[in-house]
Formats: sequence, C-alpha cells, structure tokens
Amino acid sequence: MKNWKLAAALLATVALPSLASATDLEVTHWWTSGGEAAAVAEFAKAFDATGNKWVDGAIAGSGDTARPIIISRILGGNPMGATQLNPGKDADELIAAGLMQDLTELASKEEWAKILRPASQLESCTVDGKVYCVPVNLHSAQWMWTNRKVFTDLGMEPPKDINELIALAPKLQEAGIQPLSMAQGWPVGLMVNDVLVAQAGVDNFVKVYKDRDLSIAGGAEFTKIFETLANIRQYTPADKMVPQWNEAVGLVIEGKAAANIMGDWAGGEFAVANMVAGKDYDCLPGLGVTPVLNTGGDVFYFPKSADPAVTEAQMVMASTLVTKEVQVAFNLKKGSLPMRADVDLAAANDCMKKGLEILDGSTAVFPNDVQMIDRDSINQINDLFTEFMANPDVTAADAQAKFVAIIEAAPK
Amino acid sequence: MDRPNPLFRNLSSKLASAPMVLIVLCVFVGGTLWTILFSFTNIKILPIFTPSEWVNGFVGFANYERLFNTDRWMNCPAITKIGTEAWKFKCAGAMPNMVTFALLAITISMTLGFLLAVMMDQKIRLEGVFRTIYLYPFALSFIVTGHVWAWIMSPEYGLQAAVRKLGWESFSFGWIADRDMVMYAIVIAGIWQGTGFVMALMLAGLRGIDEDIWKAARVDGIPAWRTYLQIVLPMMKPVLVTTFVIVASGAVRVYDLVVAMTDGGPGIASDVPTRYVYTNFSANLGQSLSASTVMLVTMAFILIPWIRLEFGKKEQGH
Repeated sequence: MKNWKLAAALLATVALPSLASATDLEVTHWWTSGGEAAAVAEFAKAFDATGNKWVDGAIAGSGDTARPIIISRILGGNPMGATQLNPGKDADELIAAGLMQDLTELASKEEWAKILRPASQLESCTVDGKVYCVPVNLHSAQWMWTNRKVFTDLGMEPPKDINELIALAPKLQEAGIQPLSMAQGWPVGLMVNDVLVAQAGVDNFVKVYKDRDLSIAGGAEFTKIFETLANIRQYTPADKMVPQWNEAVGLVIEGKAAANIMGDWAGGEFAVANMVAGKDYDCLPGLGVTPVLNTGGDVFYFPKSADPAVTEAQMVMASTLVTKEVQVAFNLKKGSLPMRADVDLAAANDCMKKGLEILDGSTAVFPNDVQMIDRDSINQINDLFTEFMANPDVTAADAQAKFVAIIEAAPK
Repeated sequence: MDRPNPLFRNLSSKLASAPMVLIVLCVFVGGTLWTILFSFTNIKILPIFTPSEWVNGFVGFANYERLFNTDRWMNCPAITKIGTEAWKFKCAGAMPNMVTFALLAITISMTLGFLLAVMMDQKIRLEGVFRTIYLYPFALSFIVTGHVWAWIMSPEYGLQAAVRKLGWESFSFGWIADRDMVMYAIVIAGIWQGTGFVMALMLAGLRGIDEDIWKAARVDGIPAWRTYLQIVLPMMKPVLVTTFVIVASGAVRVYDLVVAMTDGGPGIASDVPTRYVYTNFSANLGQSLSASTVMLVTMAFILIPWIRLEFGKKEQGH
C-alpha cells in the first residue's frame, strides 16, 4: 500500500506540471523597496495561479543599475522570460534587432487599445504597428509629500505648494526639522524635472524637451526655475542627503523632515507605515503649483525565446498582468494608477483619486522625458543637475547655459 | 639530416599554450582594437559589426571632443587663464580625480609599504601575526572596504557623530559629504586596503637580498638606514617596478571602491573615468568607448616603461 502511494505521488509530481504545462519564467525588475516588493508579489501570485511559476529576479538598486544589466543579458543571448523596462527609446534598438517578442496578436484579441488608457502608453509600446510590451501602471513623478503633523506641531498651516514650503523653510530649520529631504542620484534629477514642469508649465516643458525650443530653454521663465532650484539647494546640502529615495521618504514619515519630492511610488511607503492620505500626510500633484502628471509608466517586455513553451507562458503572463483584479491589487500596493478605466476603485486612497481626476479630467497630462529625448541627453542633463544641486559654486546662469547646450546638441 | 621544422619544435608546449594565445589575441587584442575603432563612430546602444556601418557611423574625433568638453570628465577652467589665477588652479572631473587618486595612492602606499617591510625585516617577534594583520585588508573586497570607510567618514553615522557625542562639538570628519575632501577620503580607503599588499611584495624583495651584502655593509661600518636607502633599495628595482605597475594599474581602473563609498558624490565630485565609461555604456556606447580609449592610453604610459625595463634589457644582453 505504502509503495503504491509513494509511486502515485511520484507520478503526480512528474505528470501534474506537464498537464498544467507549467513553465518557469524568470522576471527581472527593480522593485525592491517595501511598497514595491508588496506590489510585485501580487503579480507573482496571479501568475502562479495560472499554473506557471514566477521566478523572481529582482535587481537591487534603481533602474540606472538594473537597465544595463537587463540590456546586456538580452544582447548577450541570455534573455529572461520577462522584464521590466521603461517605455521609450530605451527598448527601441532591442526591438529593431529582433530580440523582443511580438505581442500584437494577443493585444488585438484582448482589445488592449480599447481597455487601456491613456492611448499614449500603448503607443509607446508600439513600433511599426506592432505591440512589444505590456503597460502595467501609470506613474507620475510630480508629487510633493508632506507630513501634516510636523507643521501642525509648530503651529503652521501645512503648505499647499512648493513655494509655500520654501517660505516656511527657515522656521522649520530653526525648529531642527529638515524642510526638504533628498536622496542622492536620480531623485535629484526627478526633483529638478518636477520643479521645471511645475514652474514652467506643461507647454513650455514639452516645447523645450520635444521641440527643442532654445529660446524658451534659455529664456526668463527658465532662469526663474534655475533660481528656485538654487534656493532649494541651500536646504539640501550633501551631508543631509540619504542614499536611497525610500530613506528620504522615511524621514518625512518619521517627522524628521517636513516634505519630500518623489513620484507616486512614495505612496506605497506611506501605506506600509499605515498613514492615511489627507489626514496624516498630504500628496500634492504637480508640487501643488500646476496640477500636472506625466504618463510614464512601467511596462513589461518579453525577450524572444526559442522554446515554444516559454513563448506560450509569456503570453499567459502578458494577459494576466492587465486583468481587472490584478490591476487593482497591484496598483493599490504600488501607489500608481491602474491602466484600465473600468476597475473598481472603492478601496482607492486620496492620492489615487487625485491622480485619476487629473488623468481623466484635464489635458495637463504630458509625455515622460524618455519619450521625448534620447537617454544619452537625459544622462547629461542628470549629470548637470546632480552637480548643480551639490555644488554651490555653479551659478544659476552657468547651469542654464549648459542646459541649453545639451538640448541643442540632442539628436532629433 | 635536415634540421627539424622550427614550427614543430616543442610541439606539446606550443599546443598547450595555443588556447591562451588565442584568447589573448581574440579577447584582449581584438577587444582593444574594436574599442579603439568604434570610439570613432556614433553608435548608441547596439554595436555595429560590418565595415560599411563603421564607415557610415564614422564621426572622427567627435566623441573625444565631447569627452573633453564634458565637465564630468574634465573641468579645468584655470587652464585658459593661468597666470593671475595660477594659485587658484583646480581641476575637477573624473580624469583629474583619477590622477589625484593615482598619485597619492601610489606614493603613499609604496612609501608606507616599504617602511612596514623594513620594520618587518628587523627579525621581530611574532612576525607572522603582524604580517597577517597588515595583509588582512587586502583580503577584503573593495565593496566592503568602501562601505566601511563610507560609514566611518559619514557625517551622520561615522566618527564625526561619535566624537561629537563625546562632547567635542566642532569636530569635523564628514569627508564623504565634503566636496573638497571626498577624493582624499577615497585615497585613505585605497591606501588602507593596498598597503599591506605592497608590504608583502617589498618584504619578499628584501628577503631576496643576499645576507653577505649586509655583512659587508656592517664590516664597512655603514649605518643600517644608509644600507637600506643606497644599497638595498637600488637592488630591489625589479620588485619596485613590478609593485608600481600593479598599484598604478589598480589606481587607474579604480571603480568598485568609488561606487561603494560615494557613487561619485556629492554631486559628481568623486567621479572616476571607469564610472563614466559604465554610465555611458547603455546610452552612448561611442562616448563610453572613447573614454575607455583615453584610459587605455593612460595605462600604456604606465606600462610601456615597465615593458621596456623588463624585456628590453634581455635583448641588449644577448
């Protein structure tokens, strides 16, 4: 009897997976903070439920760390099953080289063009009429996060925009609170872009980045922006910067800093800390100045595989990622906005509602910088602002002149 | 009888070394040539392979022009207005940082390493224990060394915070966040890591000196320090040159230490060429390759004197 059971069990382990045609897919991504990891676990859960197996290949660090690793693995002939990658010009060359799986058939069958919005997101996945990636969420980077308690404890009204915060900054500093927390590396560039967009407005921003309008880039409006940044610079000296963005958000959560400028993914960290939007903390889209959101987002690409079983599993995963249930579960944890308009948002928090309002109601949604300008120029702009924000010797005028030069040299 | 074909002399040893020769030719020489060739093209992220594409993408020295006009690579504003502002002369950027690091790390670690080796050479007790202690940092990876020193010199967590808590409020050692001191912070970590290794090499060199020379020097009444400086040191020339090449090439390609310690910060104050190469690698390969080529040339400046010294002499001797 015992032997029978054992044999049956052994047989089952061999037979069952083949029946469900289970395939292991390695998925690389750079979602490693508390909120992000919780969100990606929702994807893994949903994909495992289809009978396949999600093999997590998280790459610690930021996209800047992960992107070269991911690209070199695909180029080197050792592709993963699926991978996170920002839409835009990054992946275009990989697609041109025929290294990415074509998802057009699935996309037209499930009518992605109808259910996913905004259209620009699916468009950036589309090259020559063919769909190569799955958009999974909408990220917006233009948010300022403030801890209400810090201000009310000092008898102040919590600020409604970045300018009010700068006005309150000297008093906050006197009370031993950092007015604005900041993380090293890309968060500086993000903050700079947010200030650019918020102060210049969407039109001018797109004119500079997309149309390369040098008169605006070198004009008086941008001069004012550079001066505002120089103002922020004095409150974020190098010895006050922390290594990671989530640590900077953590300082606001702990009440050691009053505010932080970070994308909506910071909302995931507040959620993990059990804070309530609109009550414990405020989220101000467009830094409170101009309610704008960009339409950048995370997408998943599926590198081509010679193994048909892998290709099949890739299609299953692509389909799973955009189902209603998975979209809600994932985006609530991630702090981002769902791709589908038809999801149930009863559980949505204050910030997600604010974001959806801007997304659905206004025209103030604009393309991400990677969709308008090449990565090389973005790197140079980041370098410029990293140095500008760290080196008090660089004047606003100098930095603006260099900014204009980079925009001028960028390939059309 | 005919002499055997020289091609087949020592056939087995030639066969054994063939794979290595092949790897050297394909990977090292081939890769180097490829790097140099394509640093003159405008490739972005995907390498091109055919000669026609090379011709189409050819941009001459454009990558180098941009490289030396990039503040992140080299920013020497005083070069043009030397004279009145000569005393303010200060270069910033990855290349000057690397030169600072290399000069300081090489001189200090070689001097310290030699002195330590001389002390070890005094037939002290527990030599093995001391040798192990001094060599220990070398067993750590640069990532570990970098993180540890980053914490020590961090203004918030490190020595500065500890001493200030003890009561010395004005004590300042937050070099990691100090634009003017951050390169020296990295030099300290580099020296801490490398000196033990230099000592080990130097000690081996010292032990190779014939005991009779010491006896002769003692008979002549020459003081020990002069024996070291004027007799032993010149005799150690091969060891010195080898050590120099190892330390210098390590300094030129310093990467992991900087990434672990500062990641080029604050701002880009502690950037190094290797970091520049890497961050450009996935966005602008042409730019990245031209930076690599400049590093290769720098490396060649260090290596060529050594090659001449090592191999040139034998030819003259025969």
